[in-house]
Amino acid sequence: MIPGSFDYHRPSTIDEAIGLLASHVGDALILAGGHSLIPMMKLRMATPEHLIDIQDIYDLSAISIGADQIDIGATVTQAQLIHSEELADCCPILRETSLQIADPQIRNLGTIGGNVANGDPGNDMPAIMQLLDADYVLQGPDGTRTVKARAYYEAAYFTARSENEILTSIRFAKPPAGHGSSYHKQKRKIGDYATAAAAVMLEVSNGSCTSASIAMTNLADTPLWAEAAANALIGSALDADAIAAAVAAARAITNPASDGRGPAEYRTHLAGIMVKRAIETAHARAG
Amino acid sequence: MNVQSPPTDKQRIEKLQGLGSSRKRVEDARFTQGKGNYVGDIKLPGMLFGDFVRSPYGHARIKSINKDAALAMPGVVAVLTAEDLKPLNLHYMPTLAGDVQAVLADEKVLFQAQEVAFVVAKDRYIAADACELVEVEYEELPALVDAFKAMDADAPLLREDIKDKMEGAHGARAHYNHIFHWDCGDEEGANKALADADVTVEEMITYQRVHPCPLETCGCVASMDKINGKLTLWGTFQAPHAVRTVASLITNIPEHKIRVVSPDIGGGFGNKVGVYPGYICSAVASIVTGVPIKWVEDRMENLSATAFARDYHMTGKLAATKDGVITGLHCHVLADHGAFDACADPTKFPAGFFNICTGSYDIPVAYCGVDGVYTNKAPGGVAYRCSFRVTEAAYMIERMIDILARKLDMDPAELRMKNFIKKEQFPYTSALGWEYDSGDYHTALEKGMESVAYKALRAEQVDNRAAFERGETRKLMGIGVAFFTEIVGAGPVKNCDILGLGMFDSCEIRIHPTGSAIARLGTISQGQGHATTFAQILATEIGIPAEDITLEEGDTDTAPYGLGTYGSRSTPVAGAATAMAGRKIRAKAQMIAAYLLEVHEGDLEWDIDRFQVKGNPEAHKTMKEIAFASYNQAIPGLEPGLEAVSYYDPPNMTYPFGAYICVVDIDVDTGVTDIRSFYALDDCGTRINPMIIEGQVHGGLTEALAIAMGQEISYDEIGNIKGGSLMDFYLPTAVETPMWTTDFTTTPSPHHPIGAKGVGESPNVGGVPAFSNAVHDAFAHKGLTHTQMPHDHWRVWKTAQKLGLTD
Amino acid sequence: MSKTHVKMTINGDEVEALAEPRTLLIHFLREELGLTGPHIGCDTSHCGACTIDLDGKSVKSCTIFVGQAQNAEITTIEGIAHPDGTLHALQEAFRQHHGLQCGFCTPGMITRAYRLLQENPNPTEEEIRYGISGNLCRCTGYQNIVKAIQVAAEELSVKEAAQ
Repeated sequence: MIPGSFDYHRPSTIDEAIGLLASHVGDALILAGGHSLIPMMKLRMATPEHLIDIQDIYDLSAISIGADQIDIGATVTQAQLIHSEELADCCPILRETSLQIADPQIRNLGTIGGNVANGDPGNDMPAIMQLLDADYVLQGPDGTRTVKARAYYEAAYFTARSENEILTSIRFAKPPAGHGSSYHKQKRKIGDYATAAAAVMLEVSNGSCTSASIAMTNLADTPLWAEAAANALIGSALDADAIAAAVAAARAITNPASDGRGPAEYRTHLAGIMVKRAIETAHARAG
Repeated sequence: MNVQSPPTDKQRIEKLQGLGSSRKRVEDARFTQGKGNYVGDIKLPGMLFGDFVRSPYGHARIKSINKDAALAMPGVVAVLTAEDLKPLNLHYMPTLAGDVQAVLADEKVLFQAQEVAFVVAKDRYIAADACELVEVEYEELPALVDAFKAMDADAPLLREDIKDKMEGAHGARAHYNHIFHWDCGDEEGANKALADADVTVEEMITYQRVHPCPLETCGCVASMDKINGKLTLWGTFQAPHAVRTVASLITNIPEHKIRVVSPDIGGGFGNKVGVYPGYICSAVASIVTGVPIKWVEDRMENLSATAFARDYHMTGKLAATKDGVITGLHCHVLADHGAFDACADPTKFPAGFFNICTGSYDIPVAYCGVDGVYTNKAPGGVAYRCSFRVTEAAYMIERMIDILARKLDMDPAELRMKNFIKKEQFPYTSALGWEYDSGDYHTALEKGMESVAYKALRAEQVDNRAAFERGETRKLMGIGVAFFTEIVGAGPVKNCDILGLGMFDSCEIRIHPTGSAIARLGTISQGQGHATTFAQILATEIGIPAEDITLEEGDTDTAPYGLGTYGSRSTPVAGAATAMAGRKIRAKAQMIAAYLLEVHEGDLEWDIDRFQVKGNPEAHKTMKEIAFASYNQAIPGLEPGLEAVSYYDPPNMTYPFGAYICVVDIDVDTGVTDIRSFYALDDCGTRINPMIIEGQVHGGLTEALAIAMGQEISYDEIGNIKGGSLMDFYLPTAVETPMWTTDFTTTPSPHHPIGAKGVGESPNVGGVPAFSNAVHDAFAHKGLTHTQMPHDHWRVWKTAQKLGLTD
Repeated sequence: MSKTHVKMTINGDEVEALAEPRTLLIHFLREELGLTGPHIGCDTSHCGACTIDLDGKSVKSCTIFVGQAQNAEITTIEGIAHPDGTLHALQEAFRQHHGLQCGFCTPGMITRAYRLLQENPNPTEEEIRYGISGNLCRCTGYQNIVKAIQVAAEELSVKEAAQ
């Protein structure tokens, strides 16, 4: 498994990176942690002529937590997400999810930008970003624009990012204090993609669910934001009926592949179980 | 004055670190410091790299191959195809099973990933680039994937090269996709037992296609020295001498002009027994170019092209009385061998030792028949950490016993107890002809049941089932019992050979003047720790501390001829040769001691590390003293020196056995199985190194877990391999792997010089049915009789769904 | 495609070389530098046999291009023993507790454990199992590896306390 040849570039500023991308458009790819791209290159499913390694661009490697907003740079690794106590305090689902991605070595290099940018339906962070209603900041020769995570994914490996843009950061509103969240992921073993996974975030006030968001991983060719499922919870006491309604609504939007992880029928069923368990865990953590 | 007291017997025994000592391994110093020497580490001046162009199709005709673009690439030295090999008559090679296998595809490809062209280039990067430039035009043909359809009248013809050869290596072929029919036992008698029985059960049990997947893939370095005409092959060979003989037969290079070396091997588990096209192509390329060639397959190539295991569809029928006495067994196997019959079995056993399928039970009459067929899948059929087809047999009988227990409404452990061969029946001749050497099955299973508190577990299961019915839990508890008898140590030359080479093994010992020694064996360790354990056997035999004995294996220029390491044969065969060679040393040492002590040989007795005069232990000569004397004294009637060689032809196989009990908790909503506990009692006869035995059991159980719960190499309907990388092929990590509990009884083999039976493969053989029986047991009260492996999450959930247990 | 100039510190030694950009770090270490301790087991970053320590982190060198490691500080299994040649507590514990068989996973396993014990000097059994979950072993069933790491952790903390 040997990758094809390419020229290697290592810009130190974002403008330099965008310039390189523009001058080799169609022939260049961005390299961050490399743990999605390099395996594809070794299989020669990706054969870029230019690789633009963005690890030296300091601006992309920070986690900033403001009063209302969280900004995460594209090259922040899963390991950084796990180790940030401050992030774990205000948005614990990022640590919980990161710990369920791949293995320790891969988390040391795998970045959040790489995880969300390329549209691999097996990746976990896209669903989390949809859950959080995050904005992706895309920078290109014409400047900067943002795209909602909920609008970014078009099909497997097809996204709203154009070839001359770099995803530079992810931003989202700081989750309200007292929210409960959970990510339930079933996989065959450590290092595998989800057979089915569900993320839930909710708030509870006086026994009643006041807000909810639900998203799912690897159950269609894009991540799934389960709006109807979340709506089934809002206003309920998170009782069995409400959960059953949410589960049914979540299952209804899945369209999983049949593969080694199981037939579509099973994965749809399991999606419901993951949603149910994530609701229950998030509920227990709320307050 | 400080007088040092002589060492006590206990101290002298401890110093030897002989039999029974948990001696630390001598191999570890290099491995823990990254100083192992595996084939991938070998780098020779001028070395080139080989890489394969492989078939993207399961079945297709090759219309043309154009290598111009590849050859034009700078750094590319050669591109070999079948056309290049034909003039040398090397486009096909003999397999271990009496068939031939295409080295490079000859006009047709018969499985996905089959070798089509071999590119030789300056480095591995250029070789990979050049592979992309070899243009192969294919015409796709209908693929045969379902073994059950192989012998249909309208099945696609796979092997055009042998289509008119209806007499195969194992008798008549009934169809162009048929390889062999082999059977044994009394079919009429078995059928009569079934017809007359109070109770019968029948089940088609598939043991899916899996792969041994050692962490190091297969590879070699071939180096033809044109000056002295000698070909050296370093490679991942579990049987280096057999490789040398085969290489000589194929290439017509005389055997003394071929040196085969197995360096350190990163696990084998059967994957490295066979001879692969990569070895032949590397050798040819080195002969042609005159420089060394390295070929190392990548993991996807390993999983898709070299040596799968199992793929047996076994239909078993048991007959029994209503109170649970088994009266007969009938079974038939449809064996899927892939595109070429490259099974690694002793020549006379095309289905290996599958006829051990009566297991640990006193079954009066039995029959088994096996039909092998070709399909558009990779060749192989190796013993993946088991003796030849023994794990298939053990899985079949252990599932059938459980199925019978359900039908009789008996506890599966009780049914086993009732039908075990009794201790006093050994040596016991089974209905299918094997002579079991020794055993005490009742004691082993009783010890196991007591250790796990079996009765309490069953009581807990009753409570669990009631709680499940009340809706208080969504988990079901399963208890899996398996009792296996292995047949290892192939084997007696009278009926065991590979390509005509008798399956003896060997040991050569040379004692140095100062009392240390070197021993060389015909086997090769792949992690078993031979350098540690065989030195222990010798230490006890000749009284020289194990740490003073160097062990060498794997170089055909220096090691005595042996058939290699697989099928748990090293301890039963080479271990015996080691002990016997040690005894020859001791016999000569006794003569030397008698001369030195001026007594008759008969007046001497052996004591730990010395010969002493009977009744006068003060008069003695240690082995160290004797060794020196053998080099510096002219002893009348004796040649100088102290050396011995032994070629050991075992009188019989050995029959290790064990009792395994697994407890599993199954989440019926997700199909997730949680191994709560696993108890493994092994009886491998005399225990040479308990630490290493335990390590072998841990590893074998983990492989069994992987097979039972997730491993599968499958193909889609057009012959595309599914699960050909470690993303899909299930190798458990430390997280999925539970804690293992090991235990033992000791029933020595009566015919082995030190009573040892071999252990490395038992846990795979016994583990798979234990896991599988546990999963089935969880659903037994709901009427489940059998469901095919692997018991991965979705299949377990599907079982629960079919039984109406899911929402 | 031009070659890139790479420079890094490996096991304390500064290394400079020209390499094709597509050279995987594992091939650079094994074939250019002769550091054959780290192995290739799977090519797809699942098995961890190629694990090295890069700037204080465990990484899989089969999925890193050599240029990405520019200016990095790298430790491989060859650099784990103490400078005076005595073995690291992990190397000793793997031998004492039979934490290896064929030895092929061992360099990656020990290099990973070396970093794990710096991240978490007193790991529980479960933490060890998760900590080495990026490293596959086909021989040992992990039980003795876990035990060896536990023992090494104890020895290292005793040593630490003594200092």
